This record gives sequence, structure tokens and C-alpha cells, in this order.
Amino acid sequence: MKEKKVRSEARGGGKIEQIINKYQGDPSSLIQLLLEIQRENRWLPNEALKKVSKTLGVPLSQIQHVATFYKAFSLVPRGRHEVQVCLGTACHVRGGPRILDRVEEILGIQAGQTTTDMEFTLETVNCLGCCALGPVMVVDGKYHGKITPTEAEEVLKKL
Amino acid sequence: MPKINSPAELEKLRKGIVSKRDPKKPCIAVCTGTGCLALGADKVVVAIKEEIKKHGLEDKVDIKETGCPGFCERGTVVVIYPEEICYLKVQPEDAGEIVSQAILAKKVIDRLLYVDPTTNEKAVRESEIPFYKNQMRLLIGNNIKLDPKSIDDYLALGGYSALAKALSQMTPEQVLAEVTKSNLRGRGGGGFPTGRKWAECRNAPGEARYVIVNADEGDPGAFMDRALLEGNPHSVLEGLIIGAYAIGSHEGYIYVRQEYPLAIENVTIAIKKAEEYGFLGENILGSGFDFTIKVHRGAGAFVSGESSALMTAIEGRVGEPRPKYIHTAVKGVRDRPSCLNNVETWANVPLIISKGADWFTGIGTGGSKGTKIFSLVGKVNNTGLVEVPMGITLRDVIYKVGGGIPGGKKFKAVQTGGPSGGCIPEEKLDMKVDFDELAKAGSMMGSGGMIVMDEDICMVDVARYFLNFLSDESCGKCVPCREGIRQMLKVLTNISKGKGREGDIELLEELAEITRDASLCALGRTAANPVMSTIHYFRDEYEAHIKEKKCPAYVCKELISYYIDPDKCQACMICLRQCPAGAIAGDKNQIHVIDQEKCTKCGTCFEVCPLRFGAVKRISGEPVPPPIPEEARVIARKSKENE
Amino acid sequence: MSEITLQIDGREVKAEEGMTILEAAQSAGISIPTLCHHEKLEPYGACRICTVEIEAHGRTNLVAACLYPVEQNLVVRTRSEKVDKTRKVLLELMLAHAPDAAALQDLAQEYGADKARFGKESSFCILCGLCVRYCAEVKKKNAIGFVDRGTRREVIFIPEITSKECWDCKECFPLCPTEALQATFLLTKALMSPSPPSAPESEE
Repeated sequence: MKEKKVRSEARGGGKIEQIINKYQGDPSSLIQLLLEIQRENRWLPNEALKKVSKTLGVPLSQIQHVATFYKAFSLVPRGRHEVQVCLGTACHVRGGPRILDRVEEILGIQAGQTTTDMEFTLETVNCLGCCALGPVMVVDGKYHGKITPTEAEEVLKKL
Repeated sequence: MPKINSPAELEKLRKGIVSKRDPKKPCIAVCTGTGCLALGADKVVVAIKEEIKKHGLEDKVDIKETGCPGFCERGTVVVIYPEEICYLKVQPEDAGEIVSQAILAKKVIDRLLYVDPTTNEKAVRESEIPFYKNQMRLLIGNNIKLDPKSIDDYLALGGYSALAKALSQMTPEQVLAEVTKSNLRGRGGGGFPTGRKWAECRNAPGEARYVIVNADEGDPGAFMDRALLEGNPHSVLEGLIIGAYAIGSHEGYIYVRQEYPLAIENVTIAIKKAEEYGFLGENILGSGFDFTIKVHRGAGAFVSGESSALMTAIEGRVGEPRPKYIHTAVKGVRDRPSCLNNVETWANVPLIISKGADWFTGIGTGGSKGTKIFSLVGKVNNTGLVEVPMGITLRDVIYKVGGGIPGGKKFKAVQTGGPSGGCIPEEKLDMKVDFDELAKAGSMMGSGGMIVMDEDICMVDVARYFLNFLSDESCGKCVPCREGIRQMLKVLTNISKGKGREGDIELLEELAEITRDASLCALGRTAANPVMSTIHYFRDEYEAHIKEKKCPAYVCKELISYYIDPDKCQACMICLRQCPAGAIAGDKNQIHVIDQEKCTKCGTCFEVCPLRFGAVKRISGEPVPPPIPEEARVIARKSKENE
Repeated sequence: MSEITLQIDGREVKAEEGMTILEAAQSAGISIPTLCHHEKLEPYGACRICTVEIEAHGRTNLVAACLYPVEQNLVVRTRSEKVDKTRKVLLELMLAHAPDAAALQDLAQEYGADKARFGKESSFCILCGLCVRYCAEVKKKNAIGFVDRGTRREVIFIPEITSKECWDCKECFPLCPTEALQATFLLTKALMSPSPPSAPESEE
């Protein structure tokens, strides 16, 4: 696992540098910059945060706060597949928690965790704006609406 | 595209666009909003395009990928123009028929029409479907008519004429006066008078000032802003530019949550197009007014929807609210005057300028004018976005527009206002929906989430749900909010687990009061609303949990058990096979028994047990009967039917 | 600066425009309890223990004295049934974290707060932010920061900065009302040797 971590950091390295350089010196762009690194690299390595701190002139403590405050950011590597179960109110009343229970059971992890083989990261989200289709599960960006626990299992097993 | 330099040039261009469009030319509009996309709208589009190509109709039929018309429940929504025939639940397989029948043969495809579940009558046109018929769709009505990526579509429908009118025929003061007169109130939650906010920002000292669109839409269960920004981004831009003109701002921000990628994409394209056409940039329409817009993506924090927190986030910092003893209209982004309005509020502005404040005040109630978009979701037949005039009753929204509660269940409550709102019970269903009435009922308008709950919803669980949401979404800065929510959540969790104690309700009330009175921002001050309103209207449910250890709605897992009635079980094996925990013992001719130790209370057995047997029972507040002895489990069947 | 007259606890108090209620009260010798306030730091408004009752614009409201700017003819009550009750519960909420913190004991006695009313929470810290803000605003080192949000919010040292700046400073230590800071600091020190982790762990 440690090896993988190093590799993904090395792979994202050049791109991350490019992103950071694009925002040269504008502290107010911090969140936008981190969002771009997150999207490119799928997590925020500490080395990258240090670079951001230097380039934007924003203290590392503030960057740590931003990176842990907002849900979009991850300070640890994520799995190959990202699974999100919506627990917005509409999904909650239509059985979202039951979807989550089943997915947790299948993947053997809790929401917020990544499987040890780095295949899956499971997260809950507080509303994706597809409330009419609840409960909703999103796998690698693809939305699955009006899903049942059994269907959720089928979706995950096909991956 | 050369820049448009005057209102006259705009009208000339508009005429050109309209004249090139044959109103009789068939057009297939397919909703490609996030909801329909989740149901496979992209595949529908591809399939229809292929069919059109197969028939060599590329020049004779238009296909339009539009924004969300609201009826997400029945997606993918397809409307055929010019006849305006509305097809629902369209699948890619239907593409052949749509092209050969609906377009070439001009026949109506019966099976794709809306069928009224009570009368069994079919509706051909959008306007005949009860869901739409009882709405007043001033803001989202155009969504199905235009491709959000096409500025020409917006212009063809009269877009940017309000901006032209404001810039060429009105002074900023007149625009402000018109908006003030319209009595428009903020659609994002608080319902603050928009005109007053604009005036405060306009009159605040300082040179630079900002106008901001709040599209953070963090309320779970609300998605009207997504639909507007995604489906008709130019209407929001037009409102913002007009507002900037009135306030004297030359820089605007659109703050969109990153959970809405399509909205970000569409609004970014819209800004680019508006710049190209000269609706943004320098000397807009030759008026001498300059204005630019930047898109700022929100990184996922409910509290960032609070105005001062949103402004700190725009500065690139952690979105923590500031005390608003000095309004953000005076000291906002970078301590400069900043006017923040919600997406829907801005989208109302072009209408008010075009049609006048008097027209606008003709709609709605004494204190709340115009329409409001609600996301009608949860346990209701027609889920989706509904736009209704202020003052409509809750009953009309839920029953006339929403088509009532599915499955013959009983209505219990409707939750409005998101985590800051409350639950409104049945006896208040004839209440008029507006800012003040909702507040009086202990809830609030919020951004317009309307989550319908039936008898299967536990109100303690709902309160716990919202507190859990807020314990994660509070910024955590001030003690009453962070610690008050923490302790209230603990109490609620205990109650839902059967560990509730006498006095817990009073403790919740005391904590709720402190959180409301002492918190720094609106998130904390309203955090207790879901608790207070459920205690107020559903105290008996709390008491049942605490005193009888019973969850009347059979939701709180620790308080319920599933049990198979041996007299009713037909040993059909269905529940046994589907139980994910392998907790059901039995065989083909053996009555099934649930192992209570293994049971995870997921409810699958209860749902799959055939209705005609009805053997699986839910039990709460009383002990589970002991399993019947092995030897008594054999069923002697009369015939060989074994289901 | 124009002079403003307001009333605090029935007394007429003169203040300058831009002052907070807390500053005006202090200048008149009226005491309002504070925990997260520090004269060298920007007002913060997190502990809310300085909550007072005001009458303004025809309404009665609870506000944080450390933040609310004085207004002409403002009526302030630093003690009232409502204020006292609010402070009592706020103290009880904080005592759940730090039942033995010296800074909370006198206040607890004064307002009748029961330190065992709520079950003991795992963290000692009441997140007053004095250490974080002092390090940022006065020392300008930013060695300490907040992480996360909501009920998971906490204070951490940034190892990269701590290792350079903190050994000879430690000025934040005496500011801490609950001794949580020392615990965190020691923990970080322990984490940093023998090999520094790649990222500060916020949880677990």
C-alpha cells in the first residue's frame, strides 16, 4: 500500500506543479487550486500542500484547515472506485440508510473509509440534488437513482 | 459573433434568430438535467439521433438537449414540438417509435403518455398533466424549451430584453425602485426584502462592491437552484447584471457547489457566450456600464451557504460565518459592500423588470409576492420541482400537484426549510404557503425543500437525522452551536435506541433554547428547529420512545423486531432466500423463523413477504413471541402448490 | 470619533464609536466574563460566555459583548435571568470537556453550573482558539491551527512549523484555559520523533 501511495504521488507530481504555478501568488484562489489538485490527483499529498503554502504565501495551518473543513478534499489516497451514497433528507426518508448499510456490508468498510486493496472508497453525501430519484448512489460519477439494496449490490459486483 | 452594441442591435439579432427558426419544424426536446441523466437521458438522446440519421431526417428534425422541467419522477422527459406532446419515462428503446410514429406518422404514442393514477385518463400535452396544470411556471417553464448551452435559444425566447430595458430606459435608481416596489424577498432562506438589501449595498461607503449569486444550495432535499442554473443559466446572469447595474457593482461572483458539475459547466459556457455577445464586459449594450462575472466552486460545506461564510470562502479561506452585527451588504467580500442573493431570487429580476412590479405584486399573498419553486420529494407520488404562486395551500401542493401519498399510506408531516426548518403536521395542511405563515407554524420557507413524510417515518428519527447532519456541517466555532448540537444529538440517539429517560424532552428544549439564543450565526440559531417542531407536533412519538420503548413508525432499529407469524407463513422461501443476513431458518414445507440474534432489521423480509400472506410482522414496544418448536413447523399441504 | 452614550446595568456609560459592548463595560469598570477574549487579539466570539441582553430597535436580544458594537441609547444588561441561564448551560457544555479546568471553576460556582451534567467528552479542549490566534496574530508563526469542522473540530500543531518555532516560544501555553494545549503539544512532539509523519493525523 505504501508503494502505491508513493507511485501515485510521483505520477501526479508534474501536473500538481503545473496547477500550483497557474495560480501564482493569489491567496484567494486557495480553494479553487486545491479543488483542481483534488480532481487531478484524487487526494492532497502533504508535499503538495507545502508547495501550495509557499507559492500562495498562505500558512500551512490555514491550508490544513481548508483541506479538512471542506468535504471535497481528501488527505489520504482514495480507492480506484468512488462510491457515494446520498443521505440527503429525501434519500433518507426513502431508504438511503438501508442502501448504506448494505454497501458497508458488501465492501466491509464504513463510510469515509477505503478498502485495504485500494479498490473502493465509500462516502456519504448530504444531497446531490437528485432528490426526486431517491435513494441515490453514485459510483465513479455515474448516478443510480431509485436504487434498492439488492440493485446496489449488483452495481458494485459488476465493477 | 460580433459584439452587440445597442438594444436596437439586440432586437435585430433576435429577429434574425427567430426568423431562421421554422415554428412548424418538428423538434424533439429531451431533458438532460442531472435527474433525467441519472435515468439514462444521455442514452435516449444518442438513440434518437441514430434513428433520425437512419431516416435521413437530420435537416428536417431538431433535437434539443434541455434543462430540467421538474417532473424527475417520470424521467426521461421528452417533449415533441410544435404539438407539445409530452412523453414520460422514455427509454432508449423508444427512440425508433418516437421518430417513426411521433415525427413521421404524426401519431401520438399512447403508451408513453401520462396516465392519471386515479382516473386512468391520459394526458397528451404538458399543460394537461395535473402535475404541471396546477403550477405557475414563470421561472422554470422555459427549461424544457431551451438548450442551456445555447444563448440563441434564450434570445429567441426574449432573453436579455429586460437587461436592454434596464440599461437603456431606466436609471439604476429606477431599477432599484422597481425591485423594491415588487416586494421580492430572498428565496434562499431568510426572506429578506431584496430591494432593501440592494439599497443598503448601493449606499454603503466605498468604491468597489460585489454582487454574488449563492448557488451553494446545501439544504438536503432541495434542488431548484441546480435546475435553474443548469437549465436556464442566462436568466440568472441577466438578473445578476441588472442587479449589478442597480447597485453600482462591476464585479460579480457565482458561487456554485462542486457537487453540481453540470451547473458549473452550463453557467461557465453561458458567461463565455454572454461576454462574446456583449452582455458582459465593457460598455454593455453601449450603455457605458461595465460588469464581469467569475465562477467560484464551493468545496462542500453546508455552512458555506450562510452569506458571511460564503464570502470568506470566496476569499479562499475556511467558510466560517462572521457575526453580522455589521451587514455583509456593507462589509462583505474583502470588507467591501457585497450583495448576495440566491439563484432563484436573481432569476426573478428580469421578469420584474420586463413585466413591472405591479404585475409581480399581483401574484402571491400580502407579505410574499410572486412564485416559489419547491422541490417536492419524499413520500409523494409526483416528485420533482414545482413552481407555485405564494399563498397556495400545502394541501394543494401535496395533493393536486404532487398527486398525494403513494401506496395508500397516510400523510404524517411535511418538512420544509431544510435543516433550519421544521415539520408541519396534517392539521396544518390548509395553511397558506408563504414566508410568514411557515414561520408561524414553527418552520420556514428556506430554499424551498418540501419533504413529504408518511406514516412510515419516525419523527424522532427525522430530528436525529437533522441534528446528525448539523453536527457534521456546523463549522464548530462557537460553543452553543457545536456543543449544543452534540448534546442534543446524544439525547436523541439515546431516545431512538430505547435509552431515553424521563426529562429528556425537557433537556432537549433547554438545549434548543440556548443553541437558538446564543449561537453566532443562523445555522446555530435555527439548528434546533427540527427538534422543536417535532416535539411540538409529535410529542406523543417522543413519549412512546421514552416510556414504552416503542417506535410507532417502526423505524428505530433498536426498538423494533421482525417476526414471522407461524399461522400465516406458507413456507414459500422468498424471505428466507432474500435475507441478506441469513437470519431466517426454514425449508419448503417448514414454517420460517427469524433468528433474532442474527437479524439486522433491514426489513427485507417484511417487504418481500407476499401481500396475500402478510406473514412477516413488525413488533415494537413488546417482546417477540418465542419461536415455535421445531416439530410444530411442518406444513401439511393440501395440494402441491408450494407458494 | 464621535462619542456614544449607552446604558449598561442601569448606568450611563460613555463610549467611542467602533467600541464593543465589552470594551465600553470594561472602561466603566463593569465586568463581563470572557474566555476566548484576549486584548491583543481580534474579537472572536466563540465561547459566548460574554453573552449579554440588549434592547435595541424595540427588541430584546442576546448578543456577544465582545463583538457587538456600541450604539447610541443602547440598553445593556450584563446579568438577567436569561443571561445567567445561558451562561450556566454554556459552562456545563464546556465543563463536559474540561471538568477540572481552573478557568471554569469560579464561573461554574457563580452561575451554578453542574460540571457533571453532561457526560465527559474525550477532548479537554473547548476550542477557544486563544493558542491558534495568538500564534497567528501576535507571533505570526501559524504553528497551530484548527482542523476539521462541526463536532470533530480540533486544534493541531503543524509539525513542519512546530519543529522550527515552538521550542523557544511556548507563549501560548499560559493562555490555555484547560491545559488541552500542552497535551496536544506533547502528543505532537511524540509523533514527531523518531520519524515525522507525512501528514498530521487529525483523528485516530
